[in-house]
Amino acid sequence: MRQVPAEQVTETVERLFIEANYHLPPDMVSVLEKGEREEQNPVAKSVFRTILDNRRVASEGKFPLCQDCGMAVVFLDMGQETAVTGGNLENAVNEGVRRAYDKGYLRKSIVGEPLFERKNTGDNTPAILHVRVVPGERVAITVAPKGAGSENMSALAMLSPAAGPEGVERFVIETVRKAGPNPCPPIVVGVGVGSDFEGVAELAKRALLRPAESSSSHPRYAALEAELLRKINDLGIGAAGYGGTVTALGVNIEWAPTHIACMPVAVNLCCHANRHCSAEI
Amino acid sequence: MEKCRRLNAPFLEKEASNLRAGDEILLSGVIYTARDAAHKRMSEALARNEKLKVDLSGAVIFYAGPAPARPGEPMGSIGPTTSYRMDPYTPLLLELGVKGMIGKGERSEDVVSSMKKNGAVYLGATGGIAALLARTIVASRVLDYEDLGPEALRELEVRDMPLVVLIDSLGNSMYREGPAKYGKNGK
Repeated sequence: MRQVPAEQVTETVERLFIEANYHLPPDMVSVLEKGEREEQNPVAKSVFRTILDNRRVASEGKFPLCQDCGMAVVFLDMGQETAVTGGNLENAVNEGVRRAYDKGYLRKSIVGEPLFERKNTGDNTPAILHVRVVPGERVAITVAPKGAGSENMSALAMLSPAAGPEGVERFVIETVRKAGPNPCPPIVVGVGVGSDFEGVAELAKRALLRPAESSSSHPRYAALEAELLRKINDLGIGAAGYGGTVTALGVNIEWAPTHIACMPVAVNLCCHANRHCSAEI
Repeated sequence: MEKCRRLNAPFLEKEASNLRAGDEILLSGVIYTARDAAHKRMSEALARNEKLKVDLSGAVIFYAGPAPARPGEPMGSIGPTTSYRMDPYTPLLLELGVKGMIGKGERSEDVVSSMKKNGAVYLGATGGIAALLARTIVASRVLDYEDLGPEALRELEVRDMPLVVLIDSLGNSMYREGPAKYGKNGK
């Protein structure tokens, strides 16, 4: 059995969170440049230019892209032929988060208890950790720091199967319309369809990891993604909500089998700083 | 956005009343950061008739919680958080003299009517351009609530911070006019 030291997991998580917070992924840079070219409203066009300037300053490594350095969301695929040695996996991930947010001068934004005390944990832990056990030896880690402005505007509905694709469309568009300027448009829209109540939310979040301009491998979902993108941009919200022709940079749908009586749909919005970064151990 | 005007904080109602939704502003002077937790503490302190460490007269409050500053820098990345979460606390602060707020996103009807009554403006900084905005902060110090970390009440000295007037003291909103012009579905 292959052995991976817990310390190596920690170091990888640390490196990825710093990288993600200072360097916008290439897929996002490319859709932002395209958005800047296509935007019709001069005011919104200048917002695109500012976002791209900001990304250049952040990439110098002194100031993170956004002051909201996010909740530390970690997707970890653990090969079943591999054992983590010298420590507990969850602790190893949290230690990586702790080091990244300290050494990277990243904002610590987590409160330990949500309702009464709301005291900051001071080190941005705990991470939101999604572990999948997969065949083989591979350990794959993706980190996705997620800001609250867009997370707060996300929504989930347990639709009736009779609602059909039109019902899903209506819910997604209504969610984006209601969010207006709050999630820092131009946004990326992650949509989950199917699974169950908690599963559909994870699908929507995973959809945000796909490159913003990619299409679903299923042709009917790919067509729905394109249709949703067009209709969202027809809302006219625009960059920063100042009005414009480019509100979303991409719509990604992930789907999964569901119950005969269910049609869950979840919409996870992400701001223009759709940060994600991956590595394999 | 018509023309770029310079504005110094703190400012008076008269200066606020000259601003119109859509105006581009370069703001300099002294402003304060306060977000969710600091607003809650300020309103609790005021309910107990305690004096705040911030002078609210003509004050501008920036809804922001910055990233930590690196050694030798006055400020880390900083940008607006979504303003609606401060709405429940805002009318009281406007009654006590606050003349400007910096944030992003729509405000409640209560906030807008209090802005009209008290002659205040709501200014917007683009969300997510925090590295650029950090470079407009010349100096910063914690005034109160240091235990809140990024949510502490801070005093900032800013120079030429680029802002837009989102809602003016007459209640005109940039968020209504822009999307109405570019939307294709009606709303």
